[in-house]
Amino acid sequence: MLKDITLGQYFPGNTVVHRLDPRTKLLMVILFIVALFTAEGPIAYLTVFLFLGVAVGLSRIPPRTILKGLKPLVVIICLTGLLNLFYTPGTPVVKFWVLTITREGIFSALFMIWRILMLITGTFMLTYTTSPIALTDGLELLLNPLKRIKVPVHELAMMMSIALRFIPTLIEETDKIMSAQKARGAAFAPGSILQRARALIPILVPLFVSALRRADELAVAMECRCYQGGKGRTRMKRLRFAGRDYVTLVLGILLVAAMIVLRVVRI
Amino acid sequence: MEQAIRVDNLTYRYPKQEDARETEVFSGLDLNIEQGSFVAILGHNGCGKSTLAKHFNAILLPSGGKVWVYGKDTTVGEELIAIRRAVGMVFQNPDNQIVSNVVEEDVAFAPENLGVEPEEIRRRVDEALRMVGMYEFREHAPHLLSGGQKQRVAIAGVIAMLPKCIVLDEPTAMLDPQGRREVLETVHRLNRERGITVILITHHMREAVDADRVIVMSGGKILADGTPRQVFSQVELLQSAQLTVPETTQLLYALRQQGVDVPLDALSVEECVQAIYRAFGAGTASKEK
Repeated sequence: MLKDITLGQYFPGNTVVHRLDPRTKLLMVILFIVALFTAEGPIAYLTVFLFLGVAVGLSRIPPRTILKGLKPLVVIICLTGLLNLFYTPGTPVVKFWVLTITREGIFSALFMIWRILMLITGTFMLTYTTSPIALTDGLELLLNPLKRIKVPVHELAMMMSIALRFIPTLIEETDKIMSAQKARGAAFAPGSILQRARALIPILVPLFVSALRRADELAVAMECRCYQGGKGRTRMKRLRFAGRDYVTLVLGILLVAAMIVLRVVRI
Repeated sequence: MEQAIRVDNLTYRYPKQEDARETEVFSGLDLNIEQGSFVAILGHNGCGKSTLAKHFNAILLPSGGKVWVYGKDTTVGEELIAIRRAVGMVFQNPDNQIVSNVVEEDVAFAPENLGVEPEEIRRRVDEALRMVGMYEFREHAPHLLSGGQKQRVAIAGVIAMLPKCIVLDEPTAMLDPQGRREVLETVHRLNRERGITVILITHHMREAVDADRVIVMSGGKILADGTPRQVFSQVELLQSAQLTVPETTQLLYALRQQGVDVPLDALSVEECVQAIYRAFGAGTASKEK
């Protein structure tokens, strides 16, 4: 049930993808998204797909895990597909009632679905293979120049890593609260949207109360362990670019370049 | 012997809440804790034991009186980090004190905050994890561990600061018997092998039996203070503080009330059996039970 949500979950491992510098992986996600949105034409789509496929293969993350992670997003993906299917003008193929499916519609629906799947899987590759602290470190270092204009980079990074750390804990807790409320006769499944929304109140209230208490306790525990913000903090694992990082980044840039070339050539 | 913590005429009042009146927890509490000792602080809910513990590393500051930690006054702001580093704290809920998604990175949190060199952090983390027997789990995600394992990770996270003293505030309250045993064994080993002062706050009498010294609190006052034998034989006093004495003492107390001549200070099951055996074997008591 709720436990199946794998968003923001790290799977420890020791593959090339795992060992890449988090900064490299963050930049790669950005490059990948740029490539995804410049891609045009079947060759481009296939190239991006293969690129991601190789990355997934190298990371040894079982495809089933990724599919499981995509599951909660099925509704959004289908909805986007349907909207594109019916609302793209062009040569009609099938017509019934007020709805028209066009040739362009079919292509654009398939393309949109492909794009969303690639986008989400691409970001999964980052969170699946990078520990949240490494991710935070990477972000902190990448955004470091912003400290000059007084952006609280360390604090933001810390908040993010704590949020990620508590996702599984809070999901577990939600499951427990739901079971407890069900045991007292609360019904979650049936009823109108309004009724179902109202049924969520007895879950959300205890969840929030407990989250606030957790936050309070965690803050004290962090103080006890001498946390004083980012100043004077060191790291056990120092980040260093290795050969593989440069190679990966060059590959990412080449991917974007290829997409741009394919787009220009087609037009 | 060096003094770890000295509490001098401590008073503490919780800040005024909107609807409630200011509540005074302590009014003139005195306490000394010696370096290297294993001290159990016992008390019923709301007796002030957790509030007292939070004074030991300057999470709470006294309203009156002084708390000295290794000769440092907790109210002096500049000493704060030195005090917190010397006295590590472990809390009840292991989930709410683990910061990171990876065990070893969580253990590294405190030394990182202290600005320790990366190589030295690595060394301390490995050593701390070995000491609590969680080294094989160093790359695991904490939420997949059992309660007892999580609590041992939390202890390792504190040990990595190289503290002289650890305060554990009901560390076993949320654990199953297995986890409870793991945590207690770990804490005793740290005390024995590393000479770390341990202050164990609990309401489980059984956990206090193996301590060097037991302090019983009630209503913000120290009710009894001594070795486990001395303290647990004061059955009426403990019951007045709504504390249940260990099962062995309970049994011996009941026998005594029936007129059987047994000592009250037999704490282990073995000792208890011996005492009863001796009492009945010698035939000094009636065997009507």
